[in-house]
Amino acid sequence: MRVALFLTCVNDTLYPDTGRAVVKLLTRLGVEVDFPAAQTCCGQAHYNTGYRREAEPLATHYAETFGPGLAAGAYDAIVTPSGSCAAMVRELYPRMGERARAEGRGTALAAALAPVVPRTYELTEFLVDVLKVTDVGAYYPHTVTYHPTCHGLRSLGLGDRPARLLAQVRGLELVELPGAEECCGFGGTFAVKNADVSSAMGADKVRNAASTGAEVLCAADNSCLMHIGGTMSRLKVGIRPVHIAEILASTEQEPQA
Amino acid sequence: MSGTFVGMPAFPKAAHEAVRDTTLRANLKHATHTIRDKRARAVAELDDWAQLREAGKQIKDHTLRHLEHYLVQLEESVTAAGGVVHWARDAAEANRIVTELVRETGESEVVKVKSMATQEIGLNEHLEAEDIRAYETDLAELIVQLGKDRPSHILVPAIHRNRGEIRDIFRREMGSWGRPAPEGLTESPAELAEAARLHLREKFLRAKVGISGANFMVAENGTLVVVESEGNGRMCLTLPETLISVVGIEKIVPTWQDLEVFLQTLPRSSTAERMNPYTSTWTGTTDADGPQAFHLVLIDNGRTDALADEVGRQALRCIRCSACLNVCPVYERAGGHAYGSVYPGPIGAILSPQLRGTASEIDASLPYASSLCGACYEVCPVAIDIPEVLVHLRERVVEGGEATQRGTRVTLQPAKGHAVERAAMRAARWAFTHPAALGAGQRLAARTRRLHPRSLPGPGRAWSATRDLPRFPAESFRDWWQRTNGGKDTAK
Repeated sequence: MRVALFLTCVNDTLYPDTGRAVVKLLTRLGVEVDFPAAQTCCGQAHYNTGYRREAEPLATHYAETFGPGLAAGAYDAIVTPSGSCAAMVRELYPRMGERARAEGRGTALAAALAPVVPRTYELTEFLVDVLKVTDVGAYYPHTVTYHPTCHGLRSLGLGDRPARLLAQVRGLELVELPGAEECCGFGGTFAVKNADVSSAMGADKVRNAASTGAEVLCAADNSCLMHIGGTMSRLKVGIRPVHIAEILASTEQEPQA
Repeated sequence: MSGTFVGMPAFPKAAHEAVRDTTLRANLKHATHTIRDKRARAVAELDDWAQLREAGKQIKDHTLRHLEHYLVQLEESVTAAGGVVHWARDAAEANRIVTELVRETGESEVVKVKSMATQEIGLNEHLEAEDIRAYETDLAELIVQLGKDRPSHILVPAIHRNRGEIRDIFRREMGSWGRPAPEGLTESPAELAEAARLHLREKFLRAKVGISGANFMVAENGTLVVVESEGNGRMCLTLPETLISVVGIEKIVPTWQDLEVFLQTLPRSSTAERMNPYTSTWTGTTDADGPQAFHLVLIDNGRTDALADEVGRQALRCIRCSACLNVCPVYERAGGHAYGSVYPGPIGAILSPQLRGTASEIDASLPYASSLCGACYEVCPVAIDIPEVLVHLRERVVEGGEATQRGTRVTLQPAKGHAVERAAMRAARWAFTHPAALGAGQRLAARTRRLHPRSLPGPGRAWSATRDLPRFPAESFRDWWQRTNGGKDTAK
């Protein structure tokens, strides 16, 4: 199995550790990982803020970056450690193609996207559905609570896949997060445009997480973790944010913090 | 919509105060969480919920697609049953029609069944200006009316009030509206309900004119339907001599049988009940039983404009159950008043800017009053993709474009105040279509990481006021990948 890693602009720029963890994890599972260097951003911030036409060139860029490798058989799938970016590609790219067509701008965008959209997977989904593993051989001796991010939960329907993966991690104690399915309040530009409400949502999420007594709150999206972690740091609660990929990559020989 | 909302500040400003009001936050949290949990249980009881949801969506879409046909059919059915149909293009026209109808009866007071349509057009305020007193008879509406307040929720307009606040309002205000509150009224729910019952009873028995909305109108036989929990609606619908129903044109269902779907999904979605306590239906007039004059005022008030919008029109499927409010984390913290309309919460955020346009400050801010978490779409019993419409309306705000206003296609200019953001989005798009530029930017940021401030200037200040920024890494992933050949080289 060979995959192209779509790391996303946020991870590439701010959270390279997550990227290294994905590479380590997939390599350990016998997957050959490539990182097409032309990749940038899925355009979600543009699209969700109302700049759909600005997001279109980024969708085209995504198709041009990953399409040829898939067509040539250089890799079998595109994997990304971000629920919201995977949802952008899978749910919203087809909608963008359809809107461009409806506006009389032809089917070029839809045609370019057609091969890449169904073969883009969020990491935990790829592990469980494509590789069909839940025990990835990880070791992580910490108490962990899991926050299912909105796009992972509702757009992608990840369901219990992350929990099934975490349940197989040796040493890990999984504790339930109260109000788990409630949004953390990030929402991209929402965090700035409606800062008061966003902060209130974030503070409630952090208080709920702290109430579990867990050492770590994990999620499959660093954007949400940036907001939650920034709030944790400010509120000085004894719990820290970790991307699920870093937990799954951790082993006894090479433990992650 | 209602004049009481004119000149509302933008949503973030309105929410600013609400977020800091701890009593309000506690009231809202308690109420929304209670209803949301009960709703989930009530819905889980039905194994065909997904099919009912899809059926509701299909019926509404079909009706909206053929609205002209069904409106004409409805007018014929209502007329044949002895009713009179009036058409109102906007709020002013509807208010004028209702005022004239009340005047013709010679009465100066009316009793009202809870109705979103009459709130939308600001009927009570208009009638008051015309020296006609309208008495709200729904308990929560009564609390809002007596408290000179505005509704904060579609189903539970007084959701933002706790029992103590309600007792104070009753003690203070009931006397000037009719029968005063009993001596020594406490905040026990039974006593509060009894006080309202006594206060309202004399109004039901005295009133000669009733005004209602309707949850549904059946085109094939001209029947109107109101579902309610308290029985006050049935009193208003049956005791007065004249009944005036004010209803939005989108509330039609083609056949009686279609009610089968909605009478299952609406109560479960709104009050988490299998069946609401009172379902009243009325068809025109009947000799010597119930109102002897029946008027139906059909209001457009922006609905055909919304219908012309391919993405936005799905908002007209709404059956006003308020499930989206009860699951919305933004509504829970900002409260209903922040939405500047009688339609608060996620549905209000997409309905108001369509019915009123996006010209005002509040209407331009409403599409952004959401983190797009999608909980509203998940619970909507007619599957309105609220996040999709929100993003669609955001585009209208920042980029302008084609829209229909008062039946005419117009090209909207972008709303003011987005020029800097637009420039930033375009610059980001440029960088993201030039990977080398992105890489250079990352390297520059990495080199200067020790100089990065811990808080941000400009719009970013809102972020760093309550959250710490992540530390910038020394090396981006793409540089690590290149330097280590994808981690294969020994160098870490």
